[in-house]
Amino acid sequence: MTRKRQDTEMSADIPLLAVRHLSVIFGGSSGKVVDDVSFDLNRGETLALVGESGSGKSVTALSLLQLLPYPHAMHEQASSIRFCGKELIGAQTAMLRQIRGNRVAMVFQEPMSSLNPLHSIERQIGEVLEIHKGLSGRAVRQRILELLNLVGLPEAAGRLHALPDQLSGGQRQRVMIAMALANEPDLLIADEPTTALDVTIQSQILRILKNLQTQFGMAVLFITHDLSIVRKVADRVCVMQEGRLVEQAPLVHLLSAPTHPYTRALLAAEPAGEPVPTVPSAPEVMRTNGLRVWFPIRRGLLRYQRDYLKAVDDVSILIREGHTVGVVGESGSGKTTLGKALLRLIHSEGSIMFRQQPLNGLTRAALRPLRRQMQIVFQDPYGSLNPRLSVGQIIGEGLRVHAIGMSQMQRRMLIGEALEKVKLKAEMQDRYPHEFSGGQRQRIAIARVLILKPSFIVLDEPTSALDVSVQSQIVSILKKLQLKEKISYMFISHDLRLIRVLADYIVVMHSGRVVESGTAARLFTAPEHPYTRSLIAAALPA
Amino acid sequence: MTPFLRDIQLAPQSKQRLALFRANRRGFWALWIFLALFACSLFAEFLANDRPLVVFFRGTWFFPVVVDYTEKDFGGIFTTRADFRDPYLHDMIKGEGWILWPPIRYRYDTINHNLPLPAPAPPSCDDWLGTDDHGRDVAARLIYGLRLSVLFGLALTVLSSLIGVVVGAMQGYFGGWADLIGQRFLEVWGGMPELFVLMILSSVIVPGFWTLLGILVLFSWTTLVSAVRAEFLRGRNFTYVEAARALGVSDMTIIFRHVLPNALVATLTFTPFTLSSSIVALTALDFLGLGLPPDSPSLGELLRQGKENLQAPWLAITGFAAIALQVMLLVFIGEAVRDAFNPRKQ
Repeated sequence: MTRKRQDTEMSADIPLLAVRHLSVIFGGSSGKVVDDVSFDLNRGETLALVGESGSGKSVTALSLLQLLPYPHAMHEQASSIRFCGKELIGAQTAMLRQIRGNRVAMVFQEPMSSLNPLHSIERQIGEVLEIHKGLSGRAVRQRILELLNLVGLPEAAGRLHALPDQLSGGQRQRVMIAMALANEPDLLIADEPTTALDVTIQSQILRILKNLQTQFGMAVLFITHDLSIVRKVADRVCVMQEGRLVEQAPLVHLLSAPTHPYTRALLAAEPAGEPVPTVPSAPEVMRTNGLRVWFPIRRGLLRYQRDYLKAVDDVSILIREGHTVGVVGESGSGKTTLGKALLRLIHSEGSIMFRQQPLNGLTRAALRPLRRQMQIVFQDPYGSLNPRLSVGQIIGEGLRVHAIGMSQMQRRMLIGEALEKVKLKAEMQDRYPHEFSGGQRQRIAIARVLILKPSFIVLDEPTSALDVSVQSQIVSILKKLQLKEKISYMFISHDLRLIRVLADYIVVMHSGRVVESGTAARLFTAPEHPYTRSLIAAALPA
Repeated sequence: MTPFLRDIQLAPQSKQRLALFRANRRGFWALWIFLALFACSLFAEFLANDRPLVVFFRGTWFFPVVVDYTEKDFGGIFTTRADFRDPYLHDMIKGEGWILWPPIRYRYDTINHNLPLPAPAPPSCDDWLGTDDHGRDVAARLIYGLRLSVLFGLALTVLSSLIGVVVGAMQGYFGGWADLIGQRFLEVWGGMPELFVLMILSSVIVPGFWTLLGILVLFSWTTLVSAVRAEFLRGRNFTYVEAARALGVSDMTIIFRHVLPNALVATLTFTPFTLSSSIVALTALDFLGLGLPPDSPSLGELLRQGKENLQAPWLAITGFAAIALQVMLLVFIGEAVRDAFNPRKQ
């Protein structure tokens, strides 16, 4: 403690962290991943580093602790990182070890891969305390409990022996934060700490971080792609684009008067607008009654069926032509399962009526002609396109199945048209998926569905793997198509802001059941169920 | 099938793999050397034969390699098949024409009756690698033996891969009961004492090329099943497979177009190693005397003669060198293929 105070007194006038002209080059490539980045971070301050994927924000964070794969990664001559006035670039390993974990701690995006799956959480936190603080025996345990209470882990005493996989994502992230706090660091680097978590958990974690920061007077470097998080936590914001720091300003300034066009584009890309206008009396497209997807849970020696996992339980939904029904819920709430069950991609019970025709009970062969009219777009644009097929072959697959377009020429033309509908070029059909970015791939996936002229599309989190600017492009394409071709959507998402922009009717799911449903207007203004209220409060702070 | 094959060839991934294969120089050259040796051995009749390639006699062309002639055709007395090694016939033709012999004037089963020494005779100008204990030319037997072992190995590899891929694909793609029954069967089958079954079978039926192939396939098809099954279990949950299902694509098309190419990667990586182990298996059976009929040209039989005639080292050395070279080339090729399909190198 005395050492710390000395440092503080010694460096009262210099910033905690001063980064100057930081550049990072990876061996073999010509471009700079981080290009001439300079910023300061003062004690007790929260600086948000914002940017889309590939903007170099994580590499910047890793180079602060000199954690990049050196010598494959290199800094330029002019680069300098000073922590409390001490140069970190090229510093001795012993000195870096003193700083890492002790005075600067890091929290990563995916808590599961940052925790050792074979060690109990007591052992993992205890290790930090033993190495850096020299505590032992009962003092360790006491401190661990203190820390876990601090991060709000419920029933901390009973969970000391828990293994990481016995905790939920939010709980794991709390343990990670407890580990990071174990040494009362001066600086906490949080790299997308809430991205993998559900919205309600996300806001809890953010609140804990904020509380702890004021309690300990820590500085926090918060790395994120999500502007709504920035709004909640940051004092100052650095916006990064393609390795360069394009704008740096206090939060209020940045939000009210962004100067750089990229910042403006980022702010504008946040979902905004109104759902496509609809006709209330439009014909029914899809209606379910008491839909159930129960997976048997088998246990014991004879695999005796003990119970069911009720992934979707007694769900009734009605979707009319040209309407969008938004399905909201957290991970594991059964929304994706519901979407797949509607299209008979998984087995279900209860009635599914598609355009007055019962789907349950139809054989696969009988279902095939109907498949043309009901389609699905998946969440992961990297996994949903076969890398061995060209874009034309991928989009043309549906044509082959349903024998549309007899000649090769006709098919090429149809594929070209579908590509143009999603704002891609017709001649891209001869290229392969790996040549495209995530957003382009998702548009290809949409084109594959559109070419069949479906009347109903399940959109399973189609934008959650994409950057915000790309997300808004996809949303606007979807809306245009809906207006033009009267397609009905079922839009599955965990993001209420996105749902508000697209859906006119909303279904809120929680552990397989519909807890509340109603028109978007009513649900957002007067939510009835407490779960809906907590979702809305977390996603759309007043 | 053709459109699927075209899909596979065009994909940029495959191009990259080809480039990676080429980058492994040792494996690349091993492939060419192996192919050259194999191609040569395919034309064994033109390299080592007891009949001339071309005979020009009394203004007429004869091609004894491909056509049977009687002695009468060359002015002899008998209507039996012409034996060109017979000095009588030889001299008669030489008188009114000429003879073009292949480089080695023996077939694998030609017995050299005018050896200067008792068989096995050491290497000489006549018999480059000596003769075995029946007085047959080792070089000729080596060329024919090489062909036989590679052809046998290829047939065994193709057959067992085919069965293995089909069974593994069915198990992995359909899962459930198909998988359960398949796995239990494989466990039982894997527990069978292969060598004893082979010994019993070969004492019951007369072993020939095809019967041996059949017996060996019985046991070798299982090697690929687990790899292909795992690949299919993984593959059927890919999002693009689910997307294809949502489009209404049939199971067979999904299997061939979307899942099989991934499984073929595992199969292809195994192929050179399967081939070398097939060759070694045949050699081992021949060595033990459980394999091909006694007079067929086989590397295993050559090795056995080497063991029984330690005073004639050319037998054992030739047999060993041939097997070692073959297996070494295949292992080099296998390593290059493995490199090419290694996801970390892409």
